[in-house]
Amino acid sequence: MVNIALPKGRLGEKVYDLFEASGYACPSIRENSRKLIFENESAGVRFFWVKPSDVAIYVERGAADLGVAGKDILLEYAPQVYELLDLHMGNCRMAVASKRGFRDNPDKTLRVATKFTNIAKKYYGDQCRDIDIIHLNGSIELAPILGLSDVIVDIVETGTTLKENDLVAYETIVPISARLISNKAGYQFKYAEISAIVTALKGQVNPG
Amino acid sequence: MSELRKLEEQVILSLRELYHKYGYSQFKMSKFEPYALYLQNKEFLVSEGVITFTDTDGTLMALKPDVTLSIVKNYRNDSASLQKVCYNENVYRIAGPGKGYREIMQTGLECLGDIGLYELGEVLLLAAKSLQCISPKFFLNISHLGILESLLREMELGEDAMQAVLQCLQEKNEASLRDFCRGAPSERVDLLAALMMENSCISQAVALLPPSQGRDELQTLAALLEQAGLAEHVRLDFSIIGDRNYYNGIVFRGYMEGIPTEVLSGGQYDRLLMRLGKRAKGVGFAVYLDQLELLENRQRSYDTDTVLLYSDDADILALSAAAKQLAESGVLVAKRIPPRMTCRRVMRFQDGRVTEIEHHG
Repeated sequence: MVNIALPKGRLGEKVYDLFEASGYACPSIRENSRKLIFENESAGVRFFWVKPSDVAIYVERGAADLGVAGKDILLEYAPQVYELLDLHMGNCRMAVASKRGFRDNPDKTLRVATKFTNIAKKYYGDQCRDIDIIHLNGSIELAPILGLSDVIVDIVETGTTLKENDLVAYETIVPISARLISNKAGYQFKYAEISAIVTALKGQVNPG
Repeated sequence: MSELRKLEEQVILSLRELYHKYGYSQFKMSKFEPYALYLQNKEFLVSEGVITFTDTDGTLMALKPDVTLSIVKNYRNDSASLQKVCYNENVYRIAGPGKGYREIMQTGLECLGDIGLYELGEVLLLAAKSLQCISPKFFLNISHLGILESLLREMELGEDAMQAVLQCLQEKNEASLRDFCRGAPSERVDLLAALMMENSCISQAVALLPPSQGRDELQTLAALLEQAGLAEHVRLDFSIIGDRNYYNGIVFRGYMEGIPTEVLSGGQYDRLLMRLGKRAKGVGFAVYLDQLELLENRQRSYDTDTVLLYSDDADILALSAAAKQLAESGVLVAKRIPPRMTCRRVMRFQDGRVTEIEHHG
């Protein structure tokens, strides 16, 4: 039995559709119930929903053999997992944004507000840029508006939220999409089952 | 008594016996080393983060995060041509998915000196046997940095692309690997991708490799493992990357069913010896014992088998004799049952006699 952690929410539902189309359906998952774990014994899969940012933890610690996590989470937390497939879903980008008309002044420390401190540190570290990281857990867009930070590093999907707040994304750090990840030890012991799942999913993935 | 021994303790004893059979002698070392040793060789360590303190003479010391460096440092160029040591030590470093400091019980061996294919084979065999000692459900995955480096050299990647490719290899991330190798000869990229995803038994997998000294080495090692009946547990896996400043030749990792992270790590580290000014080659591995409790399926039903209650006026000598009779399966002698304690039965010592007053399950 291969345990698969799916991210709760819209992306997770799309990911489940992909599994279903690949021959790994688990009809009970569509029933409106409070169940947490859904199993299809004949297909050899067991799905469970977890908070998207927790998927990598479940996989790294072996509670799930496979999981689907955003590249943002993988870059930020660097879990020791295999990244077996880009599902080309949940496409967006990690970007630097600030108030319209902002001019980056390189002779000053740049104040960066973000949820993704490791990504931001690495990005500016590679440029030898002195930054002051301000870790926020939400409403990141508020930071430059209220003068808490000069810029923000955050996920940009359509750019609507930025636009509505008169912010502009002016640098892309890295494109983001959902990835199929695997526990390293689980991969060794369930190699045949995991490879079959990867091959089946590959046939359904649309690189767009 | 042996059933009371934890798996970790049983494994330590079995492995020590195994290593001694192959001529490895025990190496006992201090818990501390000057921090400079780790600072100069920090990429050799499996994780960053060393716990430091200042010694009485002002030297900055570290709680040992690694054992190999200490053994290599103490290797004397004028010593016998081969030094085989095994150890069983606690190391202190950032480890595990929690990324916090941990004390890790580590056991392993190092073989230093004039090392040839025989010694490499013996160490690999002992790595596989060490895993087998713990559980029959294990895999030992092997890569060869010599082969990998020559493949990457032929692809003529820049240093940045090379680092990115190594990262992709570790993640088994085929799509990104192909992205970073754009422009390199496609048959080389295909081979690299195939080796990264390969997961068959080493005896079959070596056939995929292009002719080279490294392939010949792996073929001989595979034959050795086959002879020992262990080849089916050993796989070629080019996602294993040791730091190229220290490791060369074979590198390997061990996995055990039921443990989510690797339990064994090792390789050939001639370059480390060279960096430390030693005229010798080296190969060794460590087994991480801290995760083994995940394999323990023994669930104790009770805290103690028997509680023997006595009162203040009890004859102490007679009570002691009664307790001794019950001690075989475990007895706690007390005036009253400690709160939250569970036991199979409760006995009372009164008037020189023991009577059962409660029995559970």
